[in-house]
Amino acid sequence: MRFLLKTSYEQDLRLFRDAVQRNWYIALGLALLVLPALVPTYLVDISLVFIYGLCGVSLMVLAGYTGLVSLGHAAFLGIGAYAHVYFVQDLGLPWVISVALAAAVTAGAGVLVGLPALRMTGVYLSIATLAFALIIQEVLTRWERVTHGLKGRPVDKPVIFGVSLAHDAAFYFLCLAALIGGLWLTANLLRAPTGRAWVAIRDSEIAAQSMGVNRARYKTLAFAYSAALMGVAGALFAHKVGFLAPDIFSVLLSIQFLLMVVVGGLGSLHGALFGAAFVALLPVLISEARDRVPAWAGQVVALAGKDAGAAAFLGVDRFVKQPGLEPGLFGLILVLFILFEPLGVYGRWRKVQLYFSTFPLYKRATFRRQKTYMRSERLR
Amino acid sequence: MLQLLLNGLAVGCIYGLVALGFVLIYKATELVNFAQGDLMMLGAFTCYMFVVWYGAGYWLAFVLAVVTVALFGAALDSAVLRRVLGQPQFAVVMLTIGLGAIFRSFASIVWGSEIYTLPTPFSARATRIAGVTISHEYISIIAGTVILCAALYAFFTFTRVGVAMQAASQNQLAAYYMGIPVKRMFSLIWAISAGVAAIAGILLAPVSLIDINLGFLGLKAFAAAVLGGFGSIPGALAGGVTIGLIELFSGAYLPQGVKDVAAYVVLLVVLAIRPQGMFGTIARKKV
Repeated sequence: MRFLLKTSYEQDLRLFRDAVQRNWYIALGLALLVLPALVPTYLVDISLVFIYGLCGVSLMVLAGYTGLVSLGHAAFLGIGAYAHVYFVQDLGLPWVISVALAAAVTAGAGVLVGLPALRMTGVYLSIATLAFALIIQEVLTRWERVTHGLKGRPVDKPVIFGVSLAHDAAFYFLCLAALIGGLWLTANLLRAPTGRAWVAIRDSEIAAQSMGVNRARYKTLAFAYSAALMGVAGALFAHKVGFLAPDIFSVLLSIQFLLMVVVGGLGSLHGALFGAAFVALLPVLISEARDRVPAWAGQVVALAGKDAGAAAFLGVDRFVKQPGLEPGLFGLILVLFILFEPLGVYGRWRKVQLYFSTFPLYKRATFRRQKTYMRSERLR
Repeated sequence: MLQLLLNGLAVGCIYGLVALGFVLIYKATELVNFAQGDLMMLGAFTCYMFVVWYGAGYWLAFVLAVVTVALFGAALDSAVLRRVLGQPQFAVVMLTIGLGAIFRSFASIVWGSEIYTLPTPFSARATRIAGVTISHEYISIIAGTVILCAALYAFFTFTRVGVAMQAASQNQLAAYYMGIPVKRMFSLIWAISAGVAAIAGILLAPVSLIDINLGFLGLKAFAAAVLGGFGSIPGALAGGVTIGLIELFSGAYLPQGVKDVAAYVVLLVVLAIRPQGMFGTIARKKV
């Protein structure tokens, strides 16, 4: 049994909790370095996990740490992607500068949304960001001079300092580097006064304000920072998909991002990464399952009779190849998580950890959340 | 001009009806139901199923579809949404978004992703009044909305159950202590709201075709609800009509593409300038 007693303020501010945790992270990093040699066929999918991880971290800062739930983050991804492609391919800027500019443009858009958002709370803010995302999608469709509209826009492979990163493994390491950079920056921000101000605003705006936190400044900052991260993710995303069209950045993508932070667990960077892995790899799993499940079902039913087996194969095959199945599955997972594990995968992990480290004294009530039934209690 | 006005009024009534569904649920349970548009879609599909698959008459199918969807709404509340009462609003938002996705998936599996037309007694008929052609479909929408609103208003003001609902919406705990069966009230309000959504879907069906993406109209209804002030029943209707008019007029006089986003631009502007909308009140924490 390991105790975690903090005896000084510095301990609370450390990047890693203790040496054990740091060593685990180093081991994880090494594992990720050799991963391309082990699973060469899934590299593209894993790169997407890293890109989504960046998106997850971005939304986690806003929704999980500042308490501003955005339903329009796909719009920021779209702005980043199109801006990057415009800078690199139309203006011919170097890759690194282009990504930085794309992040700046997206951060500007974030401020633009953040300023009116200062007056809104809760659901109103979600609705406003949703409206913003729909407007941006329309703009991306109509502004044909830059975005090429519905025709779509092919994206070249990234070339950094004259080195082409066309190979899957090279792109994998680029995404990994971006994710680690983003995580490091975010973790540092979160343990600095900025992050503490964000958390204070999340927990109670009025209390934060009376303690001298400049609400407007930190909320806008959260929006700008989150959007900038999204811009970098968008640039990578553009290279990943290889072809930009406005309908990629739909409301459904925004909802997937939210699914990510909820499934992962709100209020933790780990959660963002768990969620990203989940959302990015689920379609891969589904497509694998589509190929295999009908055959399994056929074999199982075939024990009862050969004709029944063939019928079961055809029936299940037709069912799993329905085009509308995937969003429904995402929805179902979202519903199940909200109902049964509101703290997400990371919350479940914490519970399991606590169960073993305090065995046999684990109490369910540790994680019980206060419910509110009065309107006045809900205002923060 | 007058033509545009009437069409805008009809479209606005639909937005208003969907917004009314949002507002009813919000008023009573403080949940924001992002699946409202999808309930509307289910209503339209159910009616279509009764009419075309089972050969029921339009009016019978209308009643059957509304009752089915209303029962479904009540079941949804008692099975799923009751479990998240008292949790942060965000959880509910995510929950209803997830439910909406499930409904769309369900519809595409059961009814397929084709586009259907619902035959009605009003289809392809029109009346000319003072040089303006009004199709009967639009008349049915406007008339349906007016009747429904009058009925709802009477229900909330004059019946015991309606007043009990108002009490439950103001303070769940206090209402419960006063002997109001809050849970049953919530199921009832979900049933009403789902029923209203179904009616909106069925009225809309002849004008716009039925497909699984009908539910995205719910997003514009959000604009209507916010413009009217979330939580205000007359506000929802006024907001809906305003959005409908703005949309049709911007389609006629402004460049292409503006029509599709006009509702959202209005929404953003309203939220930035006057978050409480036309009729709403904003709650502040007193310290």
